[in-house]
Amino acid sequence: MSNLDPTWKPTDATPAWSATATQTEALYRGFMAAFGIAGYVLIAGSIGFGALVRDLGLGIDFAILSSLVFYALPAQVILAAELGRGAPILTAAFAVTLTSVRLLPMAVTVTPFLADYKGRRWREVMAVHFVAVTAWIEANRRLAPLPPHLRLSHFMGFGATFMGFTAASAAAGFMIAGSVPVALTAALLFFTPSYFVMSMMQSAYLRSDWLAIGLGAVIGPLVYLVSPDLDLLVAGLVGGTIAYVYGRANR
Amino acid sequence: MSGISGFFVMLAIAVLVHEPWRWAGYILGRRLNPDDEIFKWVKSVSTSLVAALAARLLLFPSGALAGIPLWLRLAAFFLGVAVFFRTGNTAWKGVCAGAALIAAGKLVLG
Repeated sequence: MSNLDPTWKPTDATPAWSATATQTEALYRGFMAAFGIAGYVLIAGSIGFGALVRDLGLGIDFAILSSLVFYALPAQVILAAELGRGAPILTAAFAVTLTSVRLLPMAVTVTPFLADYKGRRWREVMAVHFVAVTAWIEANRRLAPLPPHLRLSHFMGFGATFMGFTAASAAAGFMIAGSVPVALTAALLFFTPSYFVMSMMQSAYLRSDWLAIGLGAVIGPLVYLVSPDLDLLVAGLVGGTIAYVYGRANR
Repeated sequence: MSGISGFFVMLAIAVLVHEPWRWAGYILGRRLNPDDEIFKWVKSVSTSLVAALAARLLLFPSGALAGIPLWLRLAAFFLGVAVFFRTGNTAWKGVCAGAALIAAGKLVLG
């Protein structure tokens, strides 16, 4: 039962704790959920980011603050790279805009699961700040099986914890930059792309899910060779649309 | 970019060109139901986008991963995928297997 949707019923995937949980317990469980592969991937990626910030001649304050303010590694990396090479602010801002477009579809698909049980919009808008690729992947896994009134709190639990991880790890990466063997740094940076793909494969259910992943992975690099700024948008729109149409035709 | 003025510039960039994408997603997403066709389409687009991002990070890396030869990055990725399938579709095992090969390969190659 949930005041947000009286027709909601638990499924096989619904965890037992959610039957009697309070908002605080849902929040706490979300916090605990952050200590899994998703969290470790964020830590690994942010350590790499912190080291990169130092390599580019920026300060540890940039590493920490950008993790809190942007909470999106690609945007942070681009901003760091642009500022590091002395680009004008407007050029840097434009580059960030293009890379941040990806947040739009992520936010669109997570928002329906972020309804506040008392209808408080400000809490929903605050929660959407914590939407990023890893949070999106975890939200897709964890929120749908929960009763609607617990989803927002659960999301805040792991979303806010993830952000804390990125800020702390960026600081740590900054401080250890240069003293860690390249082999280890490379392995840490490898975590991010492989986690993205494998966790999406883990949740892939229909053939159209697999098709979306495969098409994106093929179209993206091809477009990148022509236009490094548009690869994600083109791959997303073309690959995603084809996969959707295929899925619809075969339902 | 440091100091108080640097922080305000960062905040301005975030609020003007970065965060609005999340807000727009919120405004559009509020009207959607996960059963809607549009939702399914956007989810499909996001999935392809993330896959493209992963492919970019593997094939056109920056930072320490750029020093790893392409064949090793691909071998590590496909090893990870193999481990993933062999361990009952477990993502973290595949991720760790691939990362281990990267580290080992780099240590061997120097």
